[in-house]
Amino acid sequence: MSIRHHLSDALLIAYAAGNLPEAFGLVVATHVSMCDDCRAQLATFEAVGGAVLDGDAAVAMTDGALDAVMARLGAPEIIAPPSPQEDFPAALRGYLGGGLAAVKWRNLGMGVRQAILPTSKGAMARLLYIPAGQAVPDHGHRGTELTLVLQGAFRDAVDRFGPGDLEIATEELQHTPVAEAGEACICLAATDAPLRFNAFIPRLLQPLFRI
Amino acid sequence: MLLDLAPCTAIYGAKLPPVRVVWPDMGTGKLRVVEASCETDWAALMVAVRDSQDRAAFAALFQHFAPRVKGFLMKSGTDAAMAEDCAQDVMATLWNKAALYDPARASVATWVFTIARNRRIDLARKARRPEPDALDWGPDSQPDQADIYEAGQETARLVAALSALPEKQRTLIQRAFYGELSHSEIAAETGLPLGTIKSRIRLALDRLRQNMK
Repeated sequence: MSIRHHLSDALLIAYAAGNLPEAFGLVVATHVSMCDDCRAQLATFEAVGGAVLDGDAAVAMTDGALDAVMARLGAPEIIAPPSPQEDFPAALRGYLGGGLAAVKWRNLGMGVRQAILPTSKGAMARLLYIPAGQAVPDHGHRGTELTLVLQGAFRDAVDRFGPGDLEIATEELQHTPVAEAGEACICLAATDAPLRFNAFIPRLLQPLFRI
Repeated sequence: MLLDLAPCTAIYGAKLPPVRVVWPDMGTGKLRVVEASCETDWAALMVAVRDSQDRAAFAALFQHFAPRVKGFLMKSGTDAAMAEDCAQDVMATLWNKAALYDPARASVATWVFTIARNRRIDLARKARRPEPDALDWGPDSQPDQADIYEAGQETARLVAALSALPEKQRTLIQRAFYGELSHSEIAAETGLPLGTIKSRIRLALDRLRQNMK
């Protein structure tokens, strides 16, 4: 898999610092599971966190803290080796209750389907299924939209996005993603504000479908 | 297993006061002295915890890292009592999850940081915490001594680089890792010295690639 569109430093740092909304964290964890470059970048930023912690002013523990912790220590956990790679990374499968077959799709019309994933408020994550050759209605963004391709590919004004590629769309981007011919395109998308549709009908349907 | 690597003074100079603990040996019950002062030592102690549940080694790690975790959490806005409890939990996790520690992939400081961060997220929200899939390093994953050395060096270089930064830049980095800046605030911030940081850990990517099966 040759991934050309990666996570930004800002997203990686916020993830490393533990300060991303859950839906964005899911996209980051899924992309990193597919992308060794971003895995290394994340390790880099976690090392910065380690240096901040190590160089930080220490605050003395209370008397007896070591004894209290020692008393709690038992047999260490046995860690199972990672399970072999399946259709989607385990980070995402945990939210689906399985792989692609377990997804509970909801029709949005024109063959486009989505499944909203259960994440905490502040941002929303969903899986999108776009039939080959089909377009997602022209839309803009109030906040940030992350779109990670899991299968197939789409094109928009920016570039082509294939498996593992991540598009980071901000307020400036107005786009109409179109799935490539051939295979249906499946994406994991996360937004921290509702999308802005330009056509009247999708706008009307928006509250119904929570997109 | 103790790692035979460059002495700590070669990395930090002779200034750093060593951590010194006296603890009964598990086998004989005789008192044993453990001294440590730098990342190379922490890695060796952590491996001793992982491979032989060495409590003396754990006590030395506790003495160095528990107060730092507590300080870090207090700077992140946690009150002193909660930070104390949390730091104890983090150190217990260090023991319980020791099997996950790989000295070739991260320094102990980095590993402690990720555990403390995860604990802070779990306290702050009831949400799940999605994590990247673990890599399968294969059955023959004996870490390379040079990698272990390099992982420790990275943290030493980063600590030095952070303290050499102008006050304003250092504060920005710290605030980002205390969780005070959102991703869009980080993106909008032009004063973050990301080039400096990346040049200090340029080898992380190469090391990962070398180790990939």
